[in-house]
Amino acid sequence: MPAFDYAPAPESRDIANLKPSYRPFIGGEFVTGSGEPLKTLNPATEEVLAEVGTASAADVDTAVQAARKAYERTWSRMPGAERAKYVFRIARLIQERSRELAVLESLDNGKPIRESRDADVPTAAAHFFYHAGWADKLDYAGLGPDPRPLGVAGQIIPWNFPLLMLAWKIAPALATGNTVVLKPAETTPLTALVFAEICQQAELPPGVVNIVPGAGDTGAELVNHPDIDKIAFTGSTEVGKLIQRSVAGTRKKLTLELGGKAANVVFDDAPLDQAVEGIVNGIFYNQGHVCCAGSRLLAQESVVDELLAKLRYRVSTLRLGDPLDKNTDIGAINSAEQLARIRELTESGEAEGADRWTSPCPVPERGFFFAPTVFSGVQQSMRIAREEIFGPVLSVLTFRTPDEAVAKANNTPYGLSAGIWTEKGSRILWMANQLRAGVVWANTFNRFDPAAPFGGYQESGFGREGGRTGLEAYLDA
Amino acid sequence: MPDRVSVAKTYKLYIGGKFPRSESGRVYPVHDAKGRFLANAAHSSRKDVRDAVAAARKAFAGWSGATAYNRGQVLYRVAEMLEGRREQFAGEVAASEDIPARKAQSAVDTAIDRWVWYAGWTDKIATVLGAANPVAGPYFSFTVPEPTGVVAILAPQRSSLLGLVSVLAPVLAAGNTAVVVSSADRPLPAITLSEVLATADLPGGVVNMLTGRAAELGSWLAAHANVNALDPTGAEPVERGELARLAAGTVKRVLTVPEDEPDWTQRPDLGRLRTYLEPKTVWHPMGV
Repeated sequence: MPAFDYAPAPESRDIANLKPSYRPFIGGEFVTGSGEPLKTLNPATEEVLAEVGTASAADVDTAVQAARKAYERTWSRMPGAERAKYVFRIARLIQERSRELAVLESLDNGKPIRESRDADVPTAAAHFFYHAGWADKLDYAGLGPDPRPLGVAGQIIPWNFPLLMLAWKIAPALATGNTVVLKPAETTPLTALVFAEICQQAELPPGVVNIVPGAGDTGAELVNHPDIDKIAFTGSTEVGKLIQRSVAGTRKKLTLELGGKAANVVFDDAPLDQAVEGIVNGIFYNQGHVCCAGSRLLAQESVVDELLAKLRYRVSTLRLGDPLDKNTDIGAINSAEQLARIRELTESGEAEGADRWTSPCPVPERGFFFAPTVFSGVQQSMRIAREEIFGPVLSVLTFRTPDEAVAKANNTPYGLSAGIWTEKGSRILWMANQLRAGVVWANTFNRFDPAAPFGGYQESGFGREGGRTGLEAYLDA
Repeated sequence: MPDRVSVAKTYKLYIGGKFPRSESGRVYPVHDAKGRFLANAAHSSRKDVRDAVAAARKAFAGWSGATAYNRGQVLYRVAEMLEGRREQFAGEVAASEDIPARKAQSAVDTAIDRWVWYAGWTDKIATVLGAANPVAGPYFSFTVPEPTGVVAILAPQRSSLLGLVSVLAPVLAAGNTAVVVSSADRPLPAITLSEVLATADLPGGVVNMLTGRAAELGSWLAAHANVNALDPTGAEPVERGELARLAAGTVKRVLTVPEDEPDWTQRPDLGRLRTYLEPKTVWHPMGV
């Protein structure tokens, strides 16, 4: 255990400019939604942060109409070079307000300030910056001459990276000339509504971006609205299937970014200390609330004991607690509901006979927290090896040969991401080729960039976000 | 009196590189447009679908793992074989589609040329649709398009060869394996195409050809957990919604198709190839 204690280094919550209430953003204005208002909590303290107005069916319809009008009268007619300048403005405004956004994100989501400050917010700005440059170069995207936007995009995003997922959705949609109605997650609506202010500051034409907070019923209204041309969804595979079913037989174009159960494969020649850092980053980053988390560690049998010893030591040094403290490694689980799901699945792991080890770190009495947990002796048939836990829980399995590693890694209906740890270059490339996953990280994990396409195989969804490939999702090609 | 009695052919299925009858023992008569009997075609069943999907899955590792150059050569060989059977196909297409011999010949020629076009794509897809990603960090990141897996094709009902080739060749060029339900009323060119595939070094199971009713077999394919993508071209427009709903159960890729069967003589774009490809992004750190 570490010999020194850290002095608390909390970021001030005043920086978030938290307001007592927030409202939907429709047609360029904040409006009073006619849905039942929701209260968003700080998951680290369980206190109410703010009341948020939600969009009813009628409000969703108003938002879609506003988006349609903006699409037809303004946005689709504007030269790409002009559209680009609005998107560049948004990128800059996110950078200017980055500290405020980071603190607000950590308050609303529970993620450590270090992550919201160093990853979520800067990467969100980068997505707008990257896509802005595409707006007047779409002829060069390889989709034929003069590719056309689709129209109005309905976008539904999850609670794990609220602002970043918004950027992944809105930046390519705007750059390609579409207008947007976006529903943020029920438990994390706040940064999306500050983003709406940024749209106003950027003088984005009214209706180009509309934000409609609400729960699943608001999302269903958006998915089923007849005047939507495109649905983009990031979230669970279960809800993704419902959406695909709802959209079936309509002219709506669909992209889905769903769940995962990524294998992180460690060979016996891997640099183990680096691998341990990668494993920890892979599963404990963002409390494990990551669809591409490396939740199944596949360790070569000859190194599993050494690797587990190093891993347990390293995990025991992770600091769990106040998300606003700059020393915190692991923040709060986003909701009581998610915490219950993590508990239920870890209990099934014990019941099915896996060996549970949990970090002895202190856990705050209030708030939704779950200490990092590692299961060893896991079999492929166990629920903790098959189902997405979406929490700080790692399942460790073993293999003997590269072929067995591939077979086990691919033994899942998902296919979002995978990791490889080995010093042998030819093995990396062979493994990368064999793994049925949309993103493969070799000797690293959880790297994201707007220039690098991201998305899944099989039941992890279809379509890509980022890079030239990502533009296809928003163009008629 | 004819000089000799011709040897009539029994048209069977093509599954896993073999030509079995339907396990159901069912057949249905195929007529030309004037109502003359042409042949009995096998009436495929749910179990034939299951066998075909299993064969396609088994063949996937080999076909997707072959080099793009090798796949291109095999597909070009198919075109060579097609060219050799030009007259036979023209006769079958003319009889099936009730079109004049010259028009049938033109459709066959376009089908052969289309096959050559796709054969040449195998080793260019990664160059045109892949990328080196300029990421903001010390990493090498690249994206390569890979085949999605087993593709179920409900082939066009009207265009018995050109339409079939236009929907099948892109699936194969992208490195996928296929289960095809041929045109129900015009299945004979599809079975003859299978004979071409079987003699063109295409590994068994890469293409599996079923004759029968798309309305009956489509739902089994759309719901099958071992099928990764679906081309509903040959389904009635009213059936496509239900097929897409079934496909959602396993998050299948479903090709967007026009309401009516398109004009297959038009040169295709990359839409079909792209639907059956999964871009894979690989990252590795750079350092000394």
